[in-house]
Amino acid sequence: MSVFAFYLFAISAITGGLFTVISRQPVHSVLWLILAFLSSAGLFVLLGAEFVAMLLVIVYVGAVMVLFLFVVMMLDVDFAELKAEMAKFMPLALLIGLVILMQLVMAYGAWDSAHGASELLANPITTEHHNTEALGLILYDQYFLLFQLAGLILLVAMIGAIVLTLRHRKDVKRQDILGQMFRDPAEAMELKDVKPGQGL
Amino acid sequence: MIQADLNVILPELILAVYAMIALLLAVYSTKDKMGPLLVWSTAGLMALLALWIAGSGSGNNVAFGGMFVDDGFSRFAKVTILLSAAAVLVMGQDYMARRGMLQFEYPLLVSLSVVGMMMMVSAGDLMSLYMGLELQSLALYVVASMRRDSVKSTEAGLKYFVLGALSSGLLLYGASLVYGFAGTTKFEGIIQVAQHGEVSVGLLFGIVFLISGMAFKVSAVPFHMWTPDVYEGAPTPVTAFFATAPKMAAMGLFARVMHDAFGNAVSDWSQIIALLSVASMFLGAVAAIGQTNIKRLMAYSSIAHMGFALMGLAAGTVFGVQAMLIYMAIYVTMNVGTFAFILMMEKDGKPVTDIASLNLYSRREPGKALAMLVLLFSLSGVPPMLGFFGKFYVLRAAYDAGLAWLAIAGVVASVIGAFYYLRIVYYMYFGEEGDELDRNSSPVLWGFLMASAAVMVLGIINMFGVEGAAAAAAATLVN
Repeated sequence: MSVFAFYLFAISAITGGLFTVISRQPVHSVLWLILAFLSSAGLFVLLGAEFVAMLLVIVYVGAVMVLFLFVVMMLDVDFAELKAEMAKFMPLALLIGLVILMQLVMAYGAWDSAHGASELLANPITTEHHNTEALGLILYDQYFLLFQLAGLILLVAMIGAIVLTLRHRKDVKRQDILGQMFRDPAEAMELKDVKPGQGL
Repeated sequence: MIQADLNVILPELILAVYAMIALLLAVYSTKDKMGPLLVWSTAGLMALLALWIAGSGSGNNVAFGGMFVDDGFSRFAKVTILLSAAAVLVMGQDYMARRGMLQFEYPLLVSLSVVGMMMMVSAGDLMSLYMGLELQSLALYVVASMRRDSVKSTEAGLKYFVLGALSSGLLLYGASLVYGFAGTTKFEGIIQVAQHGEVSVGLLFGIVFLISGMAFKVSAVPFHMWTPDVYEGAPTPVTAFFATAPKMAAMGLFARVMHDAFGNAVSDWSQIIALLSVASMFLGAVAAIGQTNIKRLMAYSSIAHMGFALMGLAAGTVFGVQAMLIYMAIYVTMNVGTFAFILMMEKDGKPVTDIASLNLYSRREPGKALAMLVLLFSLSGVPPMLGFFGKFYVLRAAYDAGLAWLAIAGVVASVIGAFYYLRIVYYMYFGEEGDELDRNSSPVLWGFLMASAAVMVLGIINMFGVEGAAAAAAATLVN
């Protein structure tokens, strides 16, 4: 059963990846990519890494892909023209791809498992912790430094986004809360006694 | 345990915390006026940290289970990075302020990027290497496109970002191959597996991809395409920053990975680096000949210089690393002075980058012209200047390591490259009458230009002790 599921997910992941690249409509590409992500989430479940699988679904499928869809739909890019440009370089690209593929075959042909790798593969985490706990233990203990650095990188990304896009407009009225609270009714309002039927 | 670890990364910690506090202060106060103040305080803090690291750092400290290594090599690199970043920040302050580009984020992004660089040169693990690299690069992408209303600056930022992402991909792929075949991401583990003569094909592919990724960061040929455009498009103070601290950081990282992780298999990678080195030297020398924009010219010049620094690395010896460190320290000092001069090139308050505008500069400003002459001679490697000794060290390292052909190629490339440096000298002293540049001279820029030129001349006495420091630093890296 799990072998069948593995091949199912693997084939759909590869199909998704392939169609992401070759489909004509960018929106279709994004949808195919979602399929690829979902299938890899399935593969993670098969490996016993449920937490990573759920993260993949929530973060990539739920957030990143929706963002992608928005970007693809809002950008005015002529993809047909881009494709035509690409066709010019296709022979060269194919050649490079072929060379790299052959190199990879050479590299993986010489694959040799490291000492003790098979035991680790059989039992990646100790049984007394479940998935999330085990990840948390590693992340906040062994990889504490890296975790904090990742936080700094995100901070830089945030500052960068603000620096590059925020423009202060002078003609926009903003709410000034302190100003509102310190308004004096005596100055702000003028009471007029309007006689009936006369108007101001 | 954590206390001891934090003590080791204290300089990085201080700089990062400073950046965050300053960010909050600036956001909650009069934002626009904070720019100049933060530039000075950031530069001051960096200079203090440099002094502190140089003065008190000792021994070989490892933190976070080998992810962070604080040794003589990393301290040498950190001092160079911090001092040059501080100098460039101060130099660019006036230029940015007058053009309304001095947002308070600029010094903070620079300091976060410096934190990344310090992590890079101290990396003891493929993962901390990558984290430091990304922290540094991401901040650099942003400052490259700081001038939002200029198409060129935006293009520079975008180009740098896309190509940088590609190179990060290459590097990560290499890292994954190395991890797959070595079974660990720690350098001390990899070096056990990567013994000379037993390097598996997969590991070799991993090394090649890692080298490609890092060659992009040091802008070595054939991964240099972004350099001229980014140098030209970015605001000049940012270009000055690109030409100094990140280069030192990337070279430091390069040396650390090659020696700490693959130090037992020197003959497997030294040929690749020798090839990168010879290609960079020649492309840098030949392609700069056609340039009239001084920023593009400096870009090609930096490519050529990286070629020379890589020559020291290709030697694969302690002396090679020492030569590389000396070369980088001299290169950074020369570039600080040269960019101080470029920042002063203005006409009617607007920056000028055409080298023809320097016609007969020596008649109007003999002092500055003379300082620039010294720097250009030093950049091209004319004997009495310090730049010559930098080149001499790397050439000797390559020759001692049996790479005589590389040393000869270096001499030839250096002769070709001398042409375009000397052409600027020709314009300054024997050019035709032309429009005059402004005679503004900000005391800060003038000071940096003169100091840098003076170092190039006076340094030949004893190199201010850099030689001994570099030797000690190299000895801690190579074992």
